[in-house]
Amino acid sequence: MESLWLSMKLAACVSAILLAIGVPVAYWLAYSTWRWKFLLESVVALPLVLPPTVLGFYALVAMGPHGPLGKLWIALFGHGLAFTFGGLILASVLYSFPFAVQPLIVSFGGVDRRLLDASAVLGAGGLRTFWRVILPLSLPGVVTAVVLSFAHTLGEFGVVLMVGGNLAGITRTVSVDIYDHVQSLEYGAANQMALVLLAISFAALSVVYAVNRRVWTPWAAK
Amino acid sequence: MGGEVNAAMLIARIHKERRRGHVPSFDLDVSVEVPTGITILFGASGAGKSTLLDCVAGLAQPDAGQITSGGDVLFDSAARVNVPVPKRRIAYVFQALALFPHLTVEENVAYGLNDLPEQEKRERVETILKAFRVEKLSNQKPGEISGGERQRIALARSLVTEPRVLLLDEPLTGLDAELKAAIVDDLRAWNAAKKIPILYVTHSRDEVDALGERVIALDNGRVVSTGAPMEVLRAPRRKKLAQAAGFENLLKATVLDLREADGVMRVRLGESACEIEVPLGYAAVGSRVQVAIRAGDILLATEQPHALSARNVMKGRILSLEQRGTMVVARVDCGVTFIVHVTPGAVRALDLSAGQLVWLVLKTHSCHLVD
Repeated sequence: MESLWLSMKLAACVSAILLAIGVPVAYWLAYSTWRWKFLLESVVALPLVLPPTVLGFYALVAMGPHGPLGKLWIALFGHGLAFTFGGLILASVLYSFPFAVQPLIVSFGGVDRRLLDASAVLGAGGLRTFWRVILPLSLPGVVTAVVLSFAHTLGEFGVVLMVGGNLAGITRTVSVDIYDHVQSLEYGAANQMALVLLAISFAALSVVYAVNRRVWTPWAAK
Repeated sequence: MGGEVNAAMLIARIHKERRRGHVPSFDLDVSVEVPTGITILFGASGAGKSTLLDCVAGLAQPDAGQITSGGDVLFDSAARVNVPVPKRRIAYVFQALALFPHLTVEENVAYGLNDLPEQEKRERVETILKAFRVEKLSNQKPGEISGGERQRIALARSLVTEPRVLLLDEPLTGLDAELKAAIVDDLRAWNAAKKIPILYVTHSRDEVDALGERVIALDNGRVVSTGAPMEVLRAPRRKKLAQAAGFENLLKATVLDLREADGVMRVRLGESACEIEVPLGYAAVGSRVQVAIRAGDILLATEQPHALSARNVMKGRILSLEQRGTMVVARVDCGVTFIVHVTPGAVRALDLSAGQLVWLVLKTHSCHLVD
């Protein structure tokens, strides 16, 4: 079960990082009126359509000892980034990015424009409006973003294999482990882990759909 | 400033084009002065009332112009001044009210008092909630209280910040007259002490009568009339304004002859044989004009009336009678169709019914010429 623990750790780190990066990015994407915004929206959505191997390949190249990221990392920390847990986090953040950002964009954009106007008229600047109005009213979107990026990272396979390889305790996540077991014809062990993953995924999605139910928001709808 | 000394006056000269797609479809071109007290901004929907308010609050930006409040410049296209919305200190109550649904009444009202110490904040919230009689609701969420209470809280939330101007965009629509009057009384009481300019948008004639000290009438992006409610509403200059002001009868007419000495002229209504006398207007014989007449200004008689001061008596036939609330709407054919309002009591007393022969009586000065 070492691999399951590793996957959970990876997913937790990735969701936390994605929340920190995703909130400002989503805020900008939801409210910016920049005319070329659509290009950035496309970049953010890219991981949705790219095969994980393509993403993993470029991540690997960038992280390799001759890639820009790899060189930077070696200069900073004295060791490479590829085939490490850190490299895995970085690649997973890229891969799960749209799963964090899309729900945030949708819920930020869904906040009634007049509430933002009211906040401004009452003297609140952009930051205060965000903390006091936009974020609390987007809570279901925030929960969705965190849960989806967690679940999506937990289940990834292609990117992990490309960037992390298969090092027990370092980069062997549960999905890679299942693959290993199946290759060795250990169907029992594979099934055990697969079931755990299935249960977690179902639970995660249930949370997402529950918080987005209109009748069950933390406060009475208008 | 027309000689009026009013230090807190809001002055706005605004030119703004509204673009729909790439086509400029409408522009607002106004110059208004709003002294302390309640000024009604009146006009049909689409006249530009909300755009004007948005410009004053800073939520929309004029293409050109200048907005000052009590001498402070809030916007000046020539000097490139545009004070950001949060710094304008202009309170704005939207038609939708926009109370924060996740905050309690108390938190909503305290929202604009962020910079004050906790103690003072609490005192001011308490005071204003009392002034608007909603202190019992302080721990409720906006979703849990009635429409009238929400309107009071939206007012309290705006006024607690001690703004220099208050903008109200039809904040009392949907309330019954009594509740409306009560809220307006509280607003007046509050403003008796604070004395700030209040710009109150409405398209309802009843509200103009009930509230107005001054009226600015807006049509198609222009100020068409300014003055006391009576002056502005009795003589609507524009068709849309006439409709909004409750002139149920808008009739096309041809000028037959002018009697300058009497200050009147005769016109023929539509293509009918029906001729009436109306106040003299800037019109030549043979030219086409529009006449606006309130349904409530027309008298209805079942016998031909004699010895009246009213100059216009027309014979016609009742087409239909329709009860609307406490009022009966009669449609009467005199060659052109008139809408006449009568009381249910009058219908009973005169035993009115469809098809009946009647006479309509109309004073010359109940007929208004419209551009």
